[in-house]
Amino acid sequence: MLGTGIIQGLATTAKNFAGSFRDPRRFVTVQYPEEKAPVTENYRNFPFLVSDDARDPMGTLRCVACRICEKECPPQCIYIVPDVDERGKPRKHPRVFDLDISVCMSCQICVEVCPFDAIKMDQDFELAATDRFRGLLLDKHQLAKSNDYYRQIHPAEAAEVDARLAAEKRQAEEKARAAAAAKAAPPPPTA
Amino acid sequence: MTPALPAESWLERVPLTVRDLVTGLFPAPWRWLAGSVLAILAVVLGFGLLFTLLTLVERKALGRMQNRPGPNRTGPFGLLQPIADGIKLLVKEDIVPFAADRPLHFLAPVVLVAFTLLTFAVIPYGRHLLPVDLDAAVLFFFAAGAATELAVFMAGWSSHNKYSLLAAMRALAQLISYELPLLLAVVPEVMRAGSLSTAAIVAAQGRWTLGILPHWSVATPGGAAAFLIFMTAALAESNRSPFDLPEAESELIAGHLTEYSGFKYALFFLAEYLGMTALCAMAVTLFLGGWQAPCVFLQFVPSYVWFFLKLAALLALLIWIRGTLPRLRLDQLMRLSWKFLVPLALINLGTVAFWQLSAGWEPLPARAARWAVALLLVLGPFVALGQRLGAGVGPRRYRYAPA
Amino acid sequence: MTAVLVIVAVCTLAAAAVAFALRPLVHSALCLVLAWAGVAAFYLWAGAEFLAFAQVLVYVGAISMVVLFAVLLTRRQSGEGDSRVAGAARRVAAGLAVAALVAGVLGRAVLAVPPASAPVAPPTLGVRQLGGELADGHAAALLAAGALLTVALIGAVVLAAGDAGRHGEDPP
Repeated sequence: MLGTGIIQGLATTAKNFAGSFRDPRRFVTVQYPEEKAPVTENYRNFPFLVSDDARDPMGTLRCVACRICEKECPPQCIYIVPDVDERGKPRKHPRVFDLDISVCMSCQICVEVCPFDAIKMDQDFELAATDRFRGLLLDKHQLAKSNDYYRQIHPAEAAEVDARLAAEKRQAEEKARAAAAAKAAPPPPTA
Repeated sequence: MTPALPAESWLERVPLTVRDLVTGLFPAPWRWLAGSVLAILAVVLGFGLLFTLLTLVERKALGRMQNRPGPNRTGPFGLLQPIADGIKLLVKEDIVPFAADRPLHFLAPVVLVAFTLLTFAVIPYGRHLLPVDLDAAVLFFFAAGAATELAVFMAGWSSHNKYSLLAAMRALAQLISYELPLLLAVVPEVMRAGSLSTAAIVAAQGRWTLGILPHWSVATPGGAAAFLIFMTAALAESNRSPFDLPEAESELIAGHLTEYSGFKYALFFLAEYLGMTALCAMAVTLFLGGWQAPCVFLQFVPSYVWFFLKLAALLALLIWIRGTLPRLRLDQLMRLSWKFLVPLALINLGTVAFWQLSAGWEPLPARAARWAVALLLVLGPFVALGQRLGAGVGPRRYRYAPA
Repeated sequence: MTAVLVIVAVCTLAAAAVAFALRPLVHSALCLVLAWAGVAAFYLWAGAEFLAFAQVLVYVGAISMVVLFAVLLTRRQSGEGDSRVAGAARRVAAGLAVAALVAGVLGRAVLAVPPASAPVAPPTLGVRQLGGELADGHAAALLAAGALLTVALIGAVVLAAGDAGRHGEDPP
């Protein structure tokens, strides 16, 4: 009969109206910035540099300034100047590591190619700045965050990276011990 | 049925006391002018305030119906939102197209608001609060409402924009089509009260059965049908969803309002809400008993409070409908009016005539028969016409695609 | 009260005069609507409330729409919205002749009534009495007018439907 559909519709909206005061399913708005919508682990925004120890971010940066990410970045948003000591020998440390987030397209290629797990994707999106150029060009001090932070935002990934790095470190130590033992032990008799 | 003894509380006379105080400040020959100006100011300021509150309440209520809060950032619960909207519209640049007809472009919103405000003069807001007591008040109301259609045409034509003109023609077609059910739904009420004066119509509804059942028009079958027809036609007359084709944003941009910006757009907006409020106020007067209380013992509450409660209920109903129904296409709109509402309203005339003529059927079986016949006369055509209206609606059949 | 009558009369006549002096046809139509509103004001001055509101409802509300729609739908381009046509001199002469005839008839009718010696209060006719008079004394005329309007409406619908029948109706 004409009108039954209208009555059903009116009932639905009335339920929505009444329910929006009590039932969270009928009120889907997240009142930003007081509340923030939860992000999943795989969410990524812009990269950051990982340092192993939070107390000395610059000293324990995993980045060795190999410049692979700079070369692989499609929009070329990374600028690296490696640190050299007095005699011109490269220290395994970047003097300048600038990332322009107005150019970065969050493709994650830099993360995929880094051999040292030094650059990972961050989840921070509240990066609005008042200066279009300086404000959106992040240097290494702004980019460096600790491994604890990485474990917090990407628990599974960080666990996997930590396990791999720990395994590699153990292997390297074992090899060093074996080499030292071989050096200390008498050479096998040649006959 | 107990007759209505005016059981007045002292609160009823408060507005009159205030008016006498203020007009007493003026010399005697000018008191009538002061009284009129005071009434005008009261209506304009009161309904202006209601308009701002209504825009906010509508946005918040629509939001809640759509699982979101409405505006809640400007001030607590968004209470300062209408002020923010007003400031925004006032400081916008007033752009008039180069080839537009400047005098008409300027006059259109003015004429619209003026005639809409005129309609507020004949509505009884309380027992002693009728601004102008005219013998042909209902006719005045609809005459002023009909003159607003001219403003719609002026708006569309003066913009010198063929899309505005087309949209104005469509809006006019809608307005003219729904004038007929609107007026035909009012005629039974005039027949029932025997007068075109709004005060007389409200007074005629001032009886109660057993002290608790009010004799409002809407409590009779013919009156309820007329109320529904009136509300539908009122939705269409004030360009309100689901009949808001003329001003919807996806229809020829904003229709006849395309070339209006800033304060003139605010005036159109004001006129739409004022028109909606005026039609709801007239519906309260004609069908819901005006300022009458629903029960005899509730008459201690002042009459203007009852009026505004009923008005608020009708406005809430309109907002509820807006949040629920999709927009009607122009041909669907026309079909609804000409093929459904007009025949229904004409048959309703006959129903109410029967109701009036059978008012003297006293013994209980006769009264039951009267109700049964009236209900049949109301529901029968509704179901029959409704089926004819919805005939042919179904899954689309394609001529060339394989079934 | 004579001052009010003079003002209303001047406004009405001025609007009518401007209506046929303006070039754009839509402006003329709108001035004509103003003249009709002036007639309604005249009815109010004379105390005929019902008639005044009916005049506004019918003329300003509906007949103005008819005129405007007719103007808009019969112009082929907006440049043709001018009301000045060639050969206007003959039409003006014919118009003046008809106006003189109408003025003569009206003037004789008005002058035939002797002026009242004392100011007469306008007769107050309530809407109820008006309705009673129409339904009792003039019922035949009312029914004839109603029948005429119904026939015109049906004719209009038939004319419009005849055009649409060729295309077939859109599905609801």
